Amino acid sequence: MWTFFHKLGSPPWLYGIAGAIVRWLLPLTILALLVGAAWGLLFTSPDFRQGNSYRIIYIHVPSAVVALAGYYVMAIAGAVSLIWRMKMADVAMKAAAPVGAALTFIALFTGALWGKPTWGTWWEWDARITSMLILLFLYLGVVALYEAFDNKEAAGRACAILSLVGMVNIPIIYKSVDWWYSLHQPASIKFSGESAIDSSMLYPLLLMIGAFYALFTCCLLMNMRAELLQRESRTAWVRRLVKPDGPR
Amino acid sequence: MYFDSVQAALSMDGHGSFVWVAYFVTLLIISAVLLLPGLRRRRLLRQVATELARQESGYATREGPR
Repeated sequence: MWTFFHKLGSPPWLYGIAGAIVRWLLPLTILALLVGAAWGLLFTSPDFRQGNSYRIIYIHVPSAVVALAGYYVMAIAGAVSLIWRMKMADVAMKAAAPVGAALTFIALFTGALWGKPTWGTWWEWDARITSMLILLFLYLGVVALYEAFDNKEAAGRACAILSLVGMVNIPIIYKSVDWWYSLHQPASIKFSGESAIDSSMLYPLLLMIGAFYALFTCCLLMNMRAELLQRESRTAWVRRLVKPDGPR
Repeated sequence: MYFDSVQAALSMDGHGSFVWVAYFVTLLIISAVLLLPGLRRRRLLRQVATELARQESGYATREGPR
């Protein structure tokens, strides 16, 4: 167990294992995304109330779910780097932010496109949508804050604190549809009890949620590899990557 | 297949433009987040290679030996 933690702190080991994971996870991810999208777009029946516009659910819900999960990854990595000064946690935090921002943007954008035919408006300043917008700003804030510091150690600490403070927003997003009267519908998938969604729609949705989790993992690992190379560009192991027979 | 024809799949009873634009923009963003880290990594590897080649060809770097 401890050797695993020890390895986790080793940049060349992390670079290699991340590359190995991406090599098989990425093709699977793309396949699952294509199958899930085709299934949701072309092979399911329309919703009895919303018609065909509901097909946006297959990208809207997965991107929103994973955008929230990604925030946990970023904030926990930030906490680890803050408490134990673990460099690799700092790398993971920085790598998660742009992916989370992209997913949050997808959720907001597809939500607007879904809202127009369903609610008659692109945007509504209700609790769920506004708190998701704040999530987008938190992600972008971490990206921008990191770039704003010349001292990257200070940048990492500031970003970790920002992402931890921003954690407050996460339960607000989850509970917003229950706490406030909202245009946004409450969750259809429930872990306990009957889901309010037909299984013919549930299976492609679950596939897409899985595919988006895998997508986040791939992007996180690829960003981490690039970040590791940048930070370690002066070290012997990076030089050996470029020139395997070089001096040790 | 739920739709009878390509036209029906594209129009989706009037909702097609919303649905297809949502999927298309998502495709663009996903392509970007998948491609950018790989491009950045390759650029960094090229930079290290150039640096190494310059050191080996005997040009003194301003930072001196490392």
